[in-house]
Amino acid sequence: MPEAILDVQNVTLKFGGLTALDDVSFHINEGEILGLIGPNGAGKTTCFNAVTGVYRPTSGNILFQGASIVGLKKHAITKSGIARTFQNIRLFPTMTALENVLVGADAQHSTGMLSALFRLPKHRREEKDGHDRAMEVLRFMGIHRKADELAANLSYGDQRRLEIARAMATGPKLICLDEPAAGFNPAEKVELMNLIRKVRDQGYTVLLIEHDMRLVMGVTDRIVVLEFGRKIAEGVPAEIRDNPAVIAAYLGVDEEDAS
Amino acid sequence: MNFEFLFNNLPELTITGLAFGAIYALIALGYTMVYGVLQLINFAHSEVFMYGTFAMLWTVMALGGREADGVKLVAIMIAALFAAMLVSALVALLLERVAYRPLLKRDAPRLIALISAIGASFVLAELMGLRDRIAGWFGLDDDLSEYVSGARINNSMAGVIEKPRWDVAGVSISSIDVLVIVAAVGMMVLLDQFVRRSRLGKGIRATAQDPETAALMGVNPTRTIQITFFIGGVMAGIAAFLYMLKIETTRYDVGFLLGVKAFTAAVLGGIGNLRGALLGGLVLGVAENWGSALFGSEWRDVIAFVLLVLILLVRPTGLLGESLGKARA
Amino acid sequence: MKNKLTALPKPVKVLLWVLLALFAYALPLLEPPIISTPGVDFGGVLFTVSIYCLVALGLNIVVGYAGLLDLGYVGFYAIGAYTVAILTSFHASWPLLLAIPVGVVAAMVSGVILGAPTLRVRGDYLAIVTLGFGEIIRLVAVNTEWLGDTRGIKNIAKPPGVGGEEGLFQIPHLFWGDGTVLLDTDDKTKFLFFGVLDQIPYYWMGLTAVIIVLIADILIKNSRVGRAWEATREDEDAAELMGVPTFKFKLLAFATGAFVGGLAGGLYASRQGFINPQSFLLLFSILYLASVVVGGQGNRWGVLVGATLVAYLPQRFREFDDFRVLVFGLALVVLAAVRPQGLLPPRRTVRAKKLEHDLEELEEGTGEEEAAHA
Repeated sequence: MPEAILDVQNVTLKFGGLTALDDVSFHINEGEILGLIGPNGAGKTTCFNAVTGVYRPTSGNILFQGASIVGLKKHAITKSGIARTFQNIRLFPTMTALENVLVGADAQHSTGMLSALFRLPKHRREEKDGHDRAMEVLRFMGIHRKADELAANLSYGDQRRLEIARAMATGPKLICLDEPAAGFNPAEKVELMNLIRKVRDQGYTVLLIEHDMRLVMGVTDRIVVLEFGRKIAEGVPAEIRDNPAVIAAYLGVDEEDAS
Repeated sequence: MNFEFLFNNLPELTITGLAFGAIYALIALGYTMVYGVLQLINFAHSEVFMYGTFAMLWTVMALGGREADGVKLVAIMIAALFAAMLVSALVALLLERVAYRPLLKRDAPRLIALISAIGASFVLAELMGLRDRIAGWFGLDDDLSEYVSGARINNSMAGVIEKPRWDVAGVSISSIDVLVIVAAVGMMVLLDQFVRRSRLGKGIRATAQDPETAALMGVNPTRTIQITFFIGGVMAGIAAFLYMLKIETTRYDVGFLLGVKAFTAAVLGGIGNLRGALLGGLVLGVAENWGSALFGSEWRDVIAFVLLVLILLVRPTGLLGESLGKARA
Repeated sequence: MKNKLTALPKPVKVLLWVLLALFAYALPLLEPPIISTPGVDFGGVLFTVSIYCLVALGLNIVVGYAGLLDLGYVGFYAIGAYTVAILTSFHASWPLLLAIPVGVVAAMVSGVILGAPTLRVRGDYLAIVTLGFGEIIRLVAVNTEWLGDTRGIKNIAKPPGVGGEEGLFQIPHLFWGDGTVLLDTDDKTKFLFFGVLDQIPYYWMGLTAVIIVLIADILIKNSRVGRAWEATREDEDAAELMGVPTFKFKLLAFATGAFVGGLAGGLYASRQGFINPQSFLLLFSILYLASVVVGGQGNRWGVLVGATLVAYLPQRFREFDDFRVLVFGLALVVLAAVRPQGLLPPRRTVRAKKLEHDLEELEEGTGEEEAAHA
């Protein structure tokens, strides 16, 4: 059995009286693409936030590469190797695409005030390293020609791609993508899913939130289904497709939406 | 540190402190409401208060308050109260129109709105401080000499009203302090109920919570903002009236320190929160007064700011938390 | 125009910069008409301008780069000035060159002490806490005998000169007559003697500090540190999730700003020879902030322009004396309404603003699409 890179153990998260996550457990194996799906409000993004340190679980534990990351600062979690994107794009709009990615790359650097001020070798080395890495991921995402554009001026699709590039630049082992294809047309979605597969082939492990069931089925190795903060199913895509609880959850939502 | 003095005079110090605090609280309302709706520090609100103090003073002078007594004096005081409320409200509305609305329309950065407010504050204060010169341009300095002379020094209405002191169980209490506290707290309760219950109040709260949705639901944002400034102005006018009853002198730059204190009170209680403004004001007033007794009155302002820093460290959102509508995510 | 300038080969650019710097140094000797200030010593005005530029560059790091609203910046300036005053005159007689570094470090340490607890609270609270800090520093000075209370501190050390009372050599000023320009041999500046009458050497000292800080500013902004500040300003949570320890960098910005503020205060105290709490009113914090915002926060050149205007205009138009503050206030209101991004906004902001609108429309479009999917 392959090793679990991320192990979410009985995580419960409460906001006041509301239970956003209820005893959720799942794990991700190294090198796989795990889909996290569920109807709106099922707790997918909350789950992301718990993993990346935005929220601290009320109870339960989260292990990353065997060590607990509960209670670590957000930036420390990123440095330890978990990167993420955001459901609603959160780039740094007044910075160029390249600078956005450089901020990500800087996560692995430690140049401080003095190194920068006196242009010490460390600064030069890290600037060069960061620049190379940034251009590499920009090229990988196919937006290297827009490196000098302001993030705010990029097209919607390129902004989504830039978010992924910025996350990759932080040097992660696990990349969490929160609905990276939101707002894409079907052709673009397929293209993006191919790209995500390529990301995995580069050696990254991917945790993917996606709304579109068909899409998730096509790209993921395994799927975890949440509903009302609870895990209702877990398995390979074929199992999930035929799982009555999952079908009920999705149909139920459709009914509510229709009414 | 003079503990003995503090303990021997604790009731008196507390009551005077509460009276100051009540005035801070009334001014703080203007800051807190505008902040709740616009997320802006209305830096010029101090001048709204300052104009109220002059409206009060000049009304008393114009109606012959120095010679009047009995019923006539009461009538003059009521007229002065309304004059202060009216003038302060008008200045507040003018501010909204001139210093804020053009910026909000253009979606300017928040810092620029603060700069605009600072500019407006300078202009308003200086106009009052240069009123002798300005009256001179129109050749009115002789006719108006009673009002425009000594533009840069204290203007006083000392001795117009008597301030009997009451002896309650061996504690000497100033009747004015009691009046100030009762009136201020009464107004705050009224306002609180208004914002909670009335249609307009609900509009303000809705806009504070989510301007876009509120607009979709038929709340006119511009009007809501105007009403917010108006209410803040009226409250500052009442504060100005009470302040003049208690202190009796004013100056073109009187608003500055009071404004800073009132804003401190607003932050102390939790900005955007009406009840917080009251609590923050009262706590600040009392703490200042106790602190001055303990360390000497020259440390009064230092105490106010140190208190603010300490409370923010323990409770970063103020004593009662922030909310005009409810907490913002 | 701008593009042509940036396209110039590097040696030409360096040469242009050097020429500009030389012109700045020579300005008080040239005493050009219109710019020169009748009735006030031009060198003294230029010194004030240089100090405002220094302060504005420091505050720009805090406000413009890191996005932290500081309304009490004068506090750091005061700490720098008082440290120098105490060490060179009131309680010791250190040489100025030793006292200034201590003053700068004192300002920086106070920045860290103030920032460590308060930078965790939300931005608007920071504004009021810093405002309180500035006032506390002043009031403590007013009420403490050890700090000279309201009477202030006299006889603060001057910078050491070169070549004694007469200087190494003397540079004549220009005299602008009717249509002719003459060398005024009666009016000479001694290089380099820091006296009482001639303010020009102090201006040179201030200008040198400005240039050094400006270069440091460019180097730092264009590094990991500068990027971290900008990311934090734009979206603190996102920055944190991209591995930026935002608190650490906010504290660093605060300390760096305090450092520059302390330096400006120390230089000011030395030129003035005398300080009292009146030199550190809250009004100055507001003037400094206005310098930063008027020019365009975040753009160092805009900030220099803003500081120059805020320091220079009131001196140039002294005949309006009593109306100075009034006119200044009016100018702020008008400027805010007409150019909300400042006179010289960072170039990118202009471009970004233009397209923000289109992007919003796009986002709205996708929102609908999403709804259709669900």
